[in-house]
Amino acid sequence: MADLERSLAGTSFCEGMQPFHISLLARGAGERAFQAGQFVFHEGDEANSLYILLKGHVSLEVSTPARGAIVFQTIGAGDALGLSWLFPPFRWHFDARAIEPTQTIVLDAGRLRAQIEEDHDFGYELLIRIASVMVTRLQATRLQMTDMYGAGDS
Amino acid sequence: MEPGIPKHNMMEALYNPMVPRPYLVSRTRRELRDTLTLFLEPADHQQPFRNAPGQFNMLYIFGVGEVPVSISGDAERTNTLVHTVRAVGAVTEAMCKLKRGDLVGVRGPFGSQWHAEKVTGKDLVIVAGGIGLAPLRPVLYQVQKHRSEYGQVFLLYGARSPEELLYRKEVEQWKKRFDMNVEVTVDRASTDWQGHVGVVTTLISQARFDPVNTTAMLCGPEVMMRFAVMELQKRGVGAENIFVSMERNMKCAIGFCGRCQFGPTFICKDGPILCYDRISNWFGTREV
Repeated sequence: MADLERSLAGTSFCEGMQPFHISLLARGAGERAFQAGQFVFHEGDEANSLYILLKGHVSLEVSTPARGAIVFQTIGAGDALGLSWLFPPFRWHFDARAIEPTQTIVLDAGRLRAQIEEDHDFGYELLIRIASVMVTRLQATRLQMTDMYGAGDS
Repeated sequence: MEPGIPKHNMMEALYNPMVPRPYLVSRTRRELRDTLTLFLEPADHQQPFRNAPGQFNMLYIFGVGEVPVSISGDAERTNTLVHTVRAVGAVTEAMCKLKRGDLVGVRGPFGSQWHAEKVTGKDLVIVAGGIGLAPLRPVLYQVQKHRSEYGQVFLLYGARSPEELLYRKEVEQWKKRFDMNVEVTVDRASTDWQGHVGVVTTLISQARFDPVNTTAMLCGPEVMMRFAVMELQKRGVGAENIFVSMERNMKCAIGFCGRCQFGPTFICKDGPILCYDRISNWFGTREV
C-alpha cells in the first residue's frame, strides 16, 4: 500500500492532494502493466476502473467501418485514463490501447463512487482533478476541430 | 569604389530594397503534396546573402505576384537561399510549380530575428505547428551548432497528420540526437502511427524545462500560438521570454505601406519575430 501511495503521490494527477486522500484513493488499488498493442479497455465494456499512467503511452481510438481505427488522442505518464466510470451507464465510450509498454495504477471505480458519496472532501479533491482533465481535453478537442493546420491558417 | 571597402559591401550599400534581384532555382524538393522547398542561387552576382534566423524574403514570380516567405535554410550558408512554400494562393501555387532553371525575384532579407544567441545558458522550448516549422528550422541549425551553450532544448512539433509532417526525415534525425528533446504530435492518425496524438500544446505540459530560465520560440497558426502561450505562462514562463512569429498580409516589407499593421507595430519591419510582452494586448484581438 505504501508503495502505491508513493507512486500515486508522484503523479501530476495527484499533485497537491493530502496524504489522507491519497490513502483513500489507494484503497483497493493495484498496479497493472500492459504490453505494446494490448488493449486497456474496449468500447462498450463496463467502465469499472480509473487508470493513472505511471509510464508509457495509451492511445484512445474509435473504430469506423470505412476508415478502420482512428487514434484521436494519446495519454502519457501522470495522466488519468478513463472517465466513463463516473457517469451512468458506466460503459467505455472508446477503445484504449497501450502503444508501448505501459504501467498503470488501477483504481476500483465502484469503491471510488462510494467513497465520493461518503466523504465529500475527498469527492471534491477527486472531482476537481477529473474536471481539470475534462476541461483540458475539451479545449484540446476544440483546437483539433478547428483543423488549424489547414490551408491559409499556418 | 572606395579603397578598403569590400566589393560585396558596396553592392549591399547600393541595394534598393524595393527592387527584386534575380535568382535561379537550382533545385526543388517536394516536401508535401502542397509544399515545395526552393533552393535559389543568384543569377547575376556572387555576393553572399546575409540573413539571420527568423527573417523573410519577398519572392516574386514575374507576371504573377510577390509574397513574403520565411527563410528556412541555414543562415550560415550564404550562397544558397532556401524557402519552403505552401500553395495557398495564386502566387504560392505558381511557386510550387517552379522547376530547376526558373527565375525568381528576391527582395530581402527583411524583418526581425529569433536571436537565439542572446539566450545562451537558458532552456529553449521551440513550438512549431504545421508549416511553422520552416521559419524555426534556421534557429534549430544555429542551436545545434552551438549546442553546449544552451540548457535543455525542446522541439515540440504538431501537424495535422503523420503524412503532413514537414521535414520528416530531418525531424527523425533530430529526435535521435541525445542532446535534444523532440516530441511530435498529430491531430489525427491511424493505428500505424506510434507517436503522440493531440494538439501540440499538450506537449508543453509534459516537457521538463525550467520555466524561470526558459526562452520559448513559437511559430504556427495564430490560434495554436495563443494556446501555447497560455500553456507556457501556466508553467511559469514569463511573457518577456516568449517570442512568436507573426504573419500578416505584407506588401512593401519595409514599413511604408501599412498593410501589415498589427496594433502599433508593422509585422514586416518590427516583426515577424516579436516578444509576446510587446503584443500581448493585441494578440488574439479579433479586430486587429
